[in-house]
Amino acid sequence: MERSNISSKFAPELHNMLNILHELQNDNLQNYLSSEDLKWVANYLNTTYSSVYGVAKYYSMFSLTPRGKYIIRVCKSPLCKMIDGEHIIKCIKEKLKIGIGDTTNDSLFTLETSECLGHCAQAPVMMINDKVYKNLNAQKIDKILKSIIK
Amino acid sequence: MIAETRIALKNAGKYKPEDISTYIDLGGYKNAEKALKSKPEDIINWIDEAKLRGRGGAGFSTGQKKRFTNEAICDKCLQKYVICNADEGEPGTFKDRIIMEMDPHLLIEGMLIAAYAIGATKAYIYIRGEYTQSISKLHIALKQAKEKGFLGKNIFNTGFFLDIEIKLGAGSYLCGEELTLLESLEGKRGYPRIKPPFPAEKGLFGMPTLINNVETFAHIPYIIEHGVEHYRSIGTENTPGTKIFTISGDVKKAGYYETSLGVTLRELIYDLAGGIKQDKKFKAAILGGAAGTFVDHTVLDTPMGYDLLKERGAVLGSGAIMVLADDRSIFEMTYSILDFFKHESCGKCVPCRVGTTQLLLLMNQAKHTKSDRIELLNKLLAEAEYMDQTSLCPLGQSPILPLKSIKQYFESQF
Repeated sequence: MERSNISSKFAPELHNMLNILHELQNDNLQNYLSSEDLKWVANYLNTTYSSVYGVAKYYSMFSLTPRGKYIIRVCKSPLCKMIDGEHIIKCIKEKLKIGIGDTTNDSLFTLETSECLGHCAQAPVMMINDKVYKNLNAQKIDKILKSIIK
Repeated sequence: MIAETRIALKNAGKYKPEDISTYIDLGGYKNAEKALKSKPEDIINWIDEAKLRGRGGAGFSTGQKKRFTNEAICDKCLQKYVICNADEGEPGTFKDRIIMEMDPHLLIEGMLIAAYAIGATKAYIYIRGEYTQSISKLHIALKQAKEKGFLGKNIFNTGFFLDIEIKLGAGSYLCGEELTLLESLEGKRGYPRIKPPFPAEKGLFGMPTLINNVETFAHIPYIIEHGVEHYRSIGTENTPGTKIFTISGDVKKAGYYETSLGVTLRELIYDLAGGIKQDKKFKAAILGGAAGTFVDHTVLDTPMGYDLLKERGAVLGSGAIMVLADDRSIFEMTYSILDFFKHESCGKCVPCRVGTTQLLLLMNQAKHTKSDRIELLNKLLAEAEYMDQTSLCPLGQSPILPLKSIKQYFESQF
């Protein structure tokens, strides 16, 4: 992980905290923030470990435990839920044999839920890393997951 | 048959967001140039007289906000800030995403004009972390605007300078609330602040700060271009202009539609969104998202405006319209909404932390028993009422909105 890259990109000022945490997490192959990362940020921003931990823990996009290479975020907003969203979550759970918040044994996928992802006209939707998948159904889920696993 | 009137979406699909020259070909940044060569007070007056109201949900006067920020008295005032609230997270809302993905330069131009009007030289776009497409489009647009000299030093040779920076949210609905957004932008947990002081007086880093929604900024260049009178001729007397409505749920053509304010729900659902799926019957629409209101068929012909809807116990909010056909359950939808609030309550203040949990608990108890639903609704309302009175921020004050409207329109079907 290139922390020197971060110090050249962001000034050591507290307001850069979230952008820095995003960057560190994105650079980590296991998509998480290690306690070493948090210590480094605390030191870099001249603040306490606990305040960095408090921020990292508060925001749902940050993880303090290792995750899979692909993070699946299924939208569970009231609208997606109404348009069969729960069935989508059930499908993924069954296919990957994991629960919400879990990572598959091969460290490929982590399943999470998310609040409204802002694609309500094509509900139900999910994101896998940066990509949005819309108008989901069981067949589509199957195809999407297979294309990643292959 | 109603047609769309586009202001915030006027360029959507007409240029390549990744290529600033295509925006300039459309006359882009001409309005910013005109504005930067006018007096700041004049711009504030125009926006005030145009009666532009915030498009984020609350509908506060944008001109007033600017005036307050401009006039903020601060002896040690080193810096004023402009912040664009792009933390769009209200369920059913995706208008800001559309603007940022299709017309990022319009947003930048609007922010540039606003910054000049209040005398801010530093601006931030606080955008939710999940909006990866919007983030990358804005990064490119900001870089190109800087290269062309529309940002940076001595813009249009006026001596004015402005820097715009992107700040990422990380998955907290509450950070869309402006005071919480400030905390987050300063690098802290998303906990709300007590107000007053308002951001216009003491905002980011304790300095006067103007915070507007993406869609609000997108209206500013249009007002500069066409003038107050023309803008006031669109929409209604109290809420001139247009609004982007994002229609989802049981309609044939879900999507985003920008129309003059004063349009009716019937026109939006039946003319633009093609009516109810499988020609089922209309049951309800939820206006303004989770922190919004349920309405039934009797509101279909009420003109959509902040004030006219209020008279009917409804809100316009973010412009989200979630449509429910007659086979949908009001109870289930209410459950999802209350579940959402419980998840997003930050826990800072007791009334909201305990209240949102209690509301869901009551729903859970009722879910599996055939208890008296009218009694349940009254209990929920009593709980939500005290939350409204005692909570620190709009989140704890929100559950009362949908619950009250259910009492008004759907008591017998709850």
